[in-house]
Amino acid sequence: MLTIKKLHKSYPIGDRSLHVLKGIDLSVEEGEMVAIMGSSGSGKSTLLNIIGMLDEADEGEYILDGVTIKNLTEKKAAIYRNKFLGFIFQSFNLINYKTAQENVSLPLYYQGLKRKERQEKSLFHLEKVGLRDWADHHPSELSGGQKQRVAIARALAANPKLLLADEPTGALDTKTSYDIMAFLQQLNDEGKTLLIVTHEEDIANMCKRIVRLKDGVIMEDVKVDQVRAEQYV
Amino acid sequence: MFKFLFERDTWQEVFDSLSKNKLRSILTMVGVWWGILLLIALLGSARGLENSFNRLFGSFATNSVFIWGQSTSKPFKGFQEGKRVRLSLTDAKKIEENIEGIEFVIPRNQNQALVVRRELSGTFGINGDYPLLDKVQKVNLMHGRFINQNDIDNNKKVAVISESIYKQVFEKDEEAIGELIQINGMNFMVIGLFEDSNINMGPRTEIHIPFTTFQQIYNQGDQIGWMMITGKPEYDIRQIEEDSKLMLKNLNKIHPKDKRAFGSFNLGNEFAKMTGFLTGMQFLTWFVGIATLIAGVFAIGNILLITVKERTKEIGVRRALGATPFEIKRQIVVEAVSLTLIAGFFGIISGGWILIALDSAFGQGDDATIVNASVSIAVVFVAVVILVILGTLIGLIPAFKATSIKPIEALREE
Repeated sequence: MLTIKKLHKSYPIGDRSLHVLKGIDLSVEEGEMVAIMGSSGSGKSTLLNIIGMLDEADEGEYILDGVTIKNLTEKKAAIYRNKFLGFIFQSFNLINYKTAQENVSLPLYYQGLKRKERQEKSLFHLEKVGLRDWADHHPSELSGGQKQRVAIARALAANPKLLLADEPTGALDTKTSYDIMAFLQQLNDEGKTLLIVTHEEDIANMCKRIVRLKDGVIMEDVKVDQVRAEQYV
Repeated sequence: MFKFLFERDTWQEVFDSLSKNKLRSILTMVGVWWGILLLIALLGSARGLENSFNRLFGSFATNSVFIWGQSTSKPFKGFQEGKRVRLSLTDAKKIEENIEGIEFVIPRNQNQALVVRRELSGTFGINGDYPLLDKVQKVNLMHGRFINQNDIDNNKKVAVISESIYKQVFEKDEEAIGELIQINGMNFMVIGLFEDSNINMGPRTEIHIPFTTFQQIYNQGDQIGWMMITGKPEYDIRQIEEDSKLMLKNLNKIHPKDKRAFGSFNLGNEFAKMTGFLTGMQFLTWFVGIATLIAGVFAIGNILLITVKERTKEIGVRRALGATPFEIKRQIVVEAVSLTLIAGFFGIISGGWILIALDSAFGQGDDATIVNASVSIAVVFVAVVILVILGTLIGLIPAFKATSIKPIEALREE
């Protein structure tokens, strides 16, 4: 479902350039739950941004669901992002003057769905993350875990092929982190493909596969026995 | 393409983002509000001044000139300088027949008269007039009629008197029409009563009597005090004045270059000056109003630009969720236009209030300086169109700024 070949990416820093990704080869099948690990500066976020079409590679091939992602116009990229990808951020990135439901509706709005349909779908997904009763609350009235759940519901709303999570538990305490991971595992059980960037071992071990990055290259790529998060909750 | 304008969601988005920060939205709108308020108030006042001016001059044929005789300043054909010049009925007739573009020539005579009725009396300005006078200098009759041709033909002893005379020599609420008054010891019948005018061309007129009667009682012969000449609308009254003067000099054996032999007052000229002044004022009003508007719209653009910077992250999120750059731009432009329109709307309303206030303060009564201060729907419409255009243009700047930031950069900002 996702294939990356010989991916390179450099950032200019002053008049020199920093080579962040030095030839990444990665392929992810449908239904996988992959953790991308690495210390800061290893290039893991850059990789996720390229996969998320928020950034573009200098060199190499990126095929998502049979579509080669290359030289996209902003408009095309926006449409692909909306259709293929759901984002979950470390800092949730909810729009704070919108209610939980409105936040979840946003990708549907950009999909061009009718108001009624959006309302139904967003409520459905809020129900799924267990926040149906909080639909009319603003992010400021929610706890960190609840915010991340709303963000997950938002990522799910457009029914994407791939969920991309950038340190989804980075801003949460351990208990809430496991709570969120349990939920992500549940999504994976239902067949969603997940890509999770993290630097925490325990979080990585809750995935099915761990890809370790160091200095822009993949050091290790192993399948692991998934640790179920429910047991900690 | 404009379908989005009719979707509730578009407006929901605009409403959300504007009401999120009410104070900022309101402060932003103040500039435009002030601009349009000034535009409306100034244009309305200018119109009010023009109206009062028109009302003042409305009773006069503005394309007219008054000519009277003075003394010569150059010797000519055996006459010494300093010869007294008196115009005559013959002069008036000749001018009417020969000068191009003339509508009317109306000779007038003026003197003072002692008016007595029973034990009340007073001294007033008296004029010998033709019925035509009413055509070029409207006599606002309150009761009765003006002098007619029959009065002229039969040298009738009839008088049209002003309100102020009525007040002096008649009792309150007394019927004046048909009553007799004594003018210089002769009985005249009052046939009309007219309203005092705010503005007088020439000496103050309080009594009109038939021209022929005036000739008789003051033993004037053919001589006249002055003449009013009105030109047809398509002719230049300054040319008519020049032509007439030249002809009068010819008829009265006066040096053609003698500048002081005739005095004149060219109403058309004065009127043109006033009209030019008013036009200038209107132009200035538009200029000031629109300049203020532009300043206000720039304030909106400026604030939106700041807002966009503040909302970088939000815009990044929206783009991550699939908003196209066009959708982001559209959103910001619609916000800009909405702000300008709402502000403009309040500006128009409060400008209207100012005009209402001006009207109640200065617009009442006969000597009002600002009459019916108002702006036309067309002006309001033009102002609104300008607002929409400016709002769109100014909204484009922050809109492009917003989409020039890559979503990744936007999201990275913590």
